[in-house]
Amino acid sequence: MSFAQLAFYFFAAVMIVAATMVITIRNPVKAALFLVLAFVSGACVWMTLEAEFLAIVLVLVYVGAVMVLFLFVVMMLDVNLSRLREGFGEYLPIGGLVAVLMVLEMAIVLSADSFDQQNMPRPEPEAEGYSNTKELGRLLYTFYVYPFEIAALILLVAIIAAIALTLRKRPETKYQNPAKQVAVKREDRVRLVKMAAERRKDDQS
Amino acid sequence: MDLMLSYMQGWPGWVQVMLISVAKIVLILIPLLLAVAYTTYAERKLIGYMQIRIGPNRVGPRGWLQPIADAFKLLLKEAAIPTNANRYLFQLAPVISITAALAAWAVIPISDTLVLANIDASLLYILALTSMGVYGVIIAGWASNSKYAFLGAMRSAAQIVAYEIAMGFALVGVLMVAGSLNLGDVVRGQQGSVLDWYIWPLFPLFLVYFISGVAETNRAPFDVAEGESELVAGFHVEYSGMPFAVFFLAEYANIILISALTAIMFLGGWHAPINTPFTIVPPGLWFIGKAAFVLFFFLWFRATFPRYRYDQIMRLGWKVFIPVTLVWIGVLGFFMFFTPFGHMFH
Repeated sequence: MSFAQLAFYFFAAVMIVAATMVITIRNPVKAALFLVLAFVSGACVWMTLEAEFLAIVLVLVYVGAVMVLFLFVVMMLDVNLSRLREGFGEYLPIGGLVAVLMVLEMAIVLSADSFDQQNMPRPEPEAEGYSNTKELGRLLYTFYVYPFEIAALILLVAIIAAIALTLRKRPETKYQNPAKQVAVKREDRVRLVKMAAERRKDDQS
Repeated sequence: MDLMLSYMQGWPGWVQVMLISVAKIVLILIPLLLAVAYTTYAERKLIGYMQIRIGPNRVGPRGWLQPIADAFKLLLKEAAIPTNANRYLFQLAPVISITAALAAWAVIPISDTLVLANIDASLLYILALTSMGVYGVIIAGWASNSKYAFLGAMRSAAQIVAYEIAMGFALVGVLMVAGSLNLGDVVRGQQGSVLDWYIWPLFPLFLVYFISGVAETNRAPFDVAEGESELVAGFHVEYSGMPFAVFFLAEYANIILISALTAIMFLGGWHAPINTPFTIVPPGLWFIGKAAFVLFFFLWFRATFPRYRYDQIMRLGWKVFIPVTLVWIGVLGFFMFFTPFGHMFH
């Protein structure tokens, strides 16, 4: 077994264990942390496929940003575990059905001829100096430029919609105007009063 | 290295590769840890002088052995784990912090040939790893089962996520002018004199990057995550002894990392400022000198500025820095492709 194979099996095993833990462990914070582990090992598997751009971006976006926000929310929620477990039997049949369907679909797709060793041979290892990032960028901005831009636009709309949904002005909330705060001069706040010096009544000296 | 190679002739290839990697890692880590130790000393001394006092001067000549005494003290203290804390996560948190802080050093080019891992996407690698450091903070805050720690972790996480975006955009500017994600190529693109450094075409991005770097490392004036007047010490309140020391090491390793990156991306890395007379100094020393110069600002800021209010930090990150970087990226793109001045940015 070569080192690459060894690495693949190691990362894949870690990923599967972590993914299983995500859905079996009780504590939601720990579940989120196992999801992070699953992402990281997924990134490592991609790295062994020479997809270093995708691997690093997976870590950057999902581990570095999305899961941090996730953890943020999960940590602050006080999840009641006994209530979560209440409806287990109720949801089991429909959940099981979905699971079986998904496994079937995956089996159909993956066992088809198009994924055969002949039709999908192992990609040739790229020559030294090949930049995965550059190639991806070139492809995205030339061949796939319209799908790429449309996807970006949809995301932008989603961001604006999310902001519009959560942005509400409440009349009792007070806001600061930093521009005004910065523009304040000394004269606006301090008034110097000139007056003659006075002597206290009981001052004898 | 050559000596090692000749000694190991005939050994299996992977053993050679592994031993050489380990040797290189040690060669980077030991100077780094020493630098961390003496950064703390420099900080205490400098802030001392800025506040017209002497600072540590008891251990060794002029207090030079103070960091070593501190390290010993922390080693010998008990690492207490609070009751009801989550044992494993509590102990995992400092490990995550230090791992992220140290692993990023693998791709830092100290000179033209001196780099542990010359990988193509090193800029992205650095971004990804520094973004993982926040887990140490969050997990520490949550696992300690303490309100102060938790509040500190929340503040720090929100702050790091906010400033990471501005930082990423600033790096997009560097990437545009350098045309490469490789840090070595970024420095090679700044060959020449002072005028060829990226600080000039990217001046707004340089400011944004450096200030975001200060915010990312939770340093003053952005240190609300520790905010000792409100939160005692923030996310590491409950840590003592060695785990605390590890957090401390991670923080300072991150500060030095940000200084090194600023030197690499904006101040010409290992290149001398003027060509002929200054190239006598070895390139590695130039790099270290520039990083130390930037590092000095971190310490200076701490002695100078009062702490930001939390909402001001958020406003600065989201509403000032991100628009500034976006506009400058647009300006850069315009100049590079539509005007004859494009060569100035290459």
